[in-house]
Amino acid sequence: MLKVTQLSKTYHTPSGKIKAICDVSFQVKKGDILGIIGFSGAGKSTLVRCLNRLEEPDAGQIVIDGQTITGLQGKPLREARKKIGMIFQQFNLFDSRTVWNNIAFPLEVAGWSREQIKERVATLLSLVGLDDKSDVYPAQLSGGQKQRVGIARALANHPDLLLCDEATSALDPRTTQSILELLQKINQQMGVTIVLITHEMDVVQSICHQVVVMEEGRIVETGAVEAVFRRPSSATLRLFGQQKEPIKANQLTNRADYQEVNSLAG
Amino acid sequence: MPDDLLPLMLTGTIETLYMITLSSLMAFLLGFPLGIILVITAPNHIWPLPHLHNALGTVINATRSFPFIILIVVLLPLSRLIVGTTLGATAAVVPLAVGSAPFVARLIENSLKEVERGKIEAAIALGASPLEIVGKVLIPEALASLIRSMTLAVITITSFTATAGAIGAGGLGSLAIRYGYMRYRDDVMIATIVALILLVQGFQWGGNLLARSIDRRRHQFG
Ligand SMILES: Nc1ncnc2c1ncn2[C@@H]1O[C@H](COP(=O)(O)OP(=O)(O)O)[C@@H](O)[C@H]1O
Ligand SMILES: [Mg+2]
Repeated sequence: MLKVTQLSKTYHTPSGKIKAICDVSFQVKKGDILGIIGFSGAGKSTLVRCLNRLEEPDAGQIVIDGQTITGLQGKPLREARKKIGMIFQQFNLFDSRTVWNNIAFPLEVAGWSREQIKERVATLLSLVGLDDKSDVYPAQLSGGQKQRVGIARALANHPDLLLCDEATSALDPRTTQSILELLQKINQQMGVTIVLITHEMDVVQSICHQVVVMEEGRIVETGAVEAVFRRPSSATLRLFGQQKEPIKANQLTNRADYQEVNSLAG
Repeated sequence: MPDDLLPLMLTGTIETLYMITLSSLMAFLLGFPLGIILVITAPNHIWPLPHLHNALGTVINATRSFPFIILIVVLLPLSRLIVGTTLGATAAVVPLAVGSAPFVARLIENSLKEVERGKIEAAIALGASPLEIVGKVLIPEALASLIRSMTLAVITITSFTATAGAIGAGGLGSLAIRYGYMRYRDDVMIATIVALILLVQGFQWGGNLLARSIDRRRHQFG
């Protein structure tokens, strides 16, 4: 579904060159959730932002669903982006638009009719559990609610791929869990492939199928989550492992807030 | 109170309002697109064109470095060309509009630059075109700030009209010079000053009201 080949990106700053990502290659199967994990500055954001060309890679190739994303310009690039959703750590909602109008934005841009937009927004509002917040402005929402709007906005135009750059890092643990459950539900029900950046091992272990571990712009470890975590070889994963005990799958269901989480996620 | 004071003030105020309205309108028509182009052609913005950006910036700075009274004199031939005369309120509108447009452009630029990078990136990621980003993100997101900027522009144009009055534009500025200064009419002088203060206060009050109502709606406790 997603195939990245020998991708590199160097930033040129007044203080010198920064090799943000270097010769990165990996693949994601359709319907999988890929977790990208690594310490701050490892190049995770740069990598993900290259996938929808918010950053311009210097070399390498990105292919999504058979379409080569690298090399696209102008309108074809914009059309490709309409099928790649993205959610952000800082949510990046439009303060000038109500929740309803935030979710309608990508549909307006994609040229949907008024009637189609109404129907789609209503569906998305109930998917993310915000039916009652339709006419509210983002400034009046909690962090978790803002991210739900972000998710609804990203999913509006039926993307094949959803990019999440530390989508839960600005949220408390409990809200984080409910957002993760929502992402998992979206992945399972809609079959959307997800690429998710995180610096929390729990996140990878609870919802990802596949993991990429990054250090200094390179992939140092990759594979199925279970296999990689059974025998971690990289310094990053060992250090992460020392920080705290990972949550095991069944521990999640025993958590006190799971009921609430579960009901939110439907 | 001399019986000519009221009619003098009335025509003066009407002429001034006429000049403010017309020149503000034209200054915005010229300055708004310039401000937008300045913002979006900057490096790393949605339509990067560094050469155009720098050229435009230089031209704007050059016109802004003229003292306004010099600018009027320089632009008077343009008035003759467009309006047919260099005297009167309508003739003054040309230099007023052209002279304030660069200032308006900078104000618009500053307001639009306040829109967070992340919001613009979200719009790009959703496949919006530069034009859609300007119309659906930049302007609506910066609306309260734009209104504050335009209020400041109208107030500056008000003071420009008074300056223009000194060289034959008519209006309150002209009254202050011709009656207040040359004929020692202290009553006219004081009345024009009061009228100008009231005008400026009125614009500021209206602008604040509008900007605050937008903030309040979006933030509830704005
Ligand atoms: N716009 C930029 N300009 C210059 N350097 C950057 C820019 N963005 C990121 N970097 C640098 O690239 C490296 C990787 O950054 P990033 O991809 O943000 O890492 P991560 O998301 O893993 O924390 C860091 O050294 C960072 O300082
Ligand atoms: Mg990052």
